[in-house]
Amino acid sequence: MAWISGVGDTPFGRLDGETPLSLMAGAAAAALADAGLERGAVDGVLCGYAGTLPHLMLATLFAEYFGLAPRYAHALQAGGATGAAMVMLAARLVDAGECRNLLVVAGDNRLSGQGRDGAVEMLAQVGHHEYEVPFGPTIPAYYGLVASRYMHVHGLGEADLAEFAVLMRRHAALHPGAQFKAPISVADVLASRPIAAPLKLLDCCPVSDGACALLVSAAPGEPRLRIAGAAQAHPHQHVSAAADLADFGLADCAGRAREEAGIGIDDIDLLAIYDSFTITLLILLEETGFAPRGKAAERLRAGVFARDGLWPLNTHGGLLSFGHSGVAGGLAHIVEAARQLAGRAGARQVRRPETAFLHGDGGVMSSHVSLVLRRE
Amino acid sequence: MSGRDALAAHFWQGCEAGELRYQRCSGCGAAQFHARPFCARCGAAPLWAVSRGLGTVYAVTRVERAPTPDFARRVPYDILLVDLDEGFRMMAHGAPGLVIGDRVRVGFERSGTRALPRFERLPEGDS
Ligand SMILES: [Zn+2]
Repeated sequence: MAWISGVGDTPFGRLDGETPLSLMAGAAAAALADAGLERGAVDGVLCGYAGTLPHLMLATLFAEYFGLAPRYAHALQAGGATGAAMVMLAARLVDAGECRNLLVVAGDNRLSGQGRDGAVEMLAQVGHHEYEVPFGPTIPAYYGLVASRYMHVHGLGEADLAEFAVLMRRHAALHPGAQFKAPISVADVLASRPIAAPLKLLDCCPVSDGACALLVSAAPGEPRLRIAGAAQAHPHQHVSAAADLADFGLADCAGRAREEAGIGIDDIDLLAIYDSFTITLLILLEETGFAPRGKAAERLRAGVFARDGLWPLNTHGGLLSFGHSGVAGGLAHIVEAARQLAGRAGARQVRRPETAFLHGDGGVMSSHVSLVLRRE
Repeated sequence: MSGRDALAAHFWQGCEAGELRYQRCSGCGAAQFHARPFCARCGAAPLWAVSRGLGTVYAVTRVERAPTPDFARRVPYDILLVDLDEGFRMMAHGAPGLVIGDRVRVGFERSGTRALPRFERLPEGDS
């Protein structure tokens, strides 16, 4: 069995004077302190990538910088799903007996180090070099295409998407480390600057600096947070090669994670779902079983995803308002779920959740990782 | 133009000549747009074919925030996914105002070093 024994993070936003390594070190030190472990106890390191620090061996680079000599280390790349994929791999490595304490860490300073223009240009390259990038798309454009089709087939309006931006902002208001906390309304979202129709500025996550880390261990911390289930799906890479933009077939991925955990959907009392755009969040909630097709916004309006609802969703404010610092942005969902399950979410704490379902998305609905975390 | 991927170069040379080229599998008959030296469905060798350039809009977005300074001079511009009648889907530019389900026909528009496929609405009565 594999356990999350500690978590740590930095604030998200503009953090001048930092580097990816210094941010990663800050989050890693906080995770070690949370776990009550010394550096010497870490025998494995998994890290993501950093837009401002392309390197062939980022995990080893970080290990040396931080003062670690692990027996297992490498970086991993699955776009926005990287954080969840690292946690899944760490759990499998612990189960295989390869490591006892894996440090999972990611950090980026893409806002202060790369700037919004640089980040937008770099990220667009996830598209097909010959058959997509020549047309001048951006990540919001790829998701704008997805949104147009999904909304057309399932009868959604732009206000349905906007509700999720408003909810994420409301949740971020209670997190001291969140990038955006000022309240917004559905009208604000609808009136925000058009980016890639139907997506507007407030439908899109920001570019942020920040880092997150957690420890996956063979022995539980206190309380005992088990990585109870994990599964992946990789249906395509490019939006123009996706079979159906109105049905991505992710029910199977979510179902395999829940099956491994031995739970049903009714056992879940906390959600942490990737939200690069409002449309991402609606689709993933509907694909993974938390709303019927086209009904996620209806459930939101009924209070289902509020902090005091049946399935509190992204209580830190998600990528949309807590911030998106590359791989660390996806890890932040996992850090928040662990804090909620441990009862250490401060003003954001929801009533004693026991079982969290998490889902990460990389590319353009391309790479998927579902996780189940349980307090035992 | 990329000189490294000979198959992609063949596609883009087609655009220069006013032809929308795609691949058709010699084994299973599948249409394939992202050109490869094999059919991604069955592995057999594909042959080049030329599309009639008629299709249906599958998805559409209007880009207002461009990825590069070059494209920033062109905003707003519409990007489509189009289902071609021959059975493949591609990304392309679109005339302003196209919506999902519109019947469209391809043309080619000069953009830097490339002739970019761009779709316009088919007049009523055409198919
Ligand atoms: Zn074939």
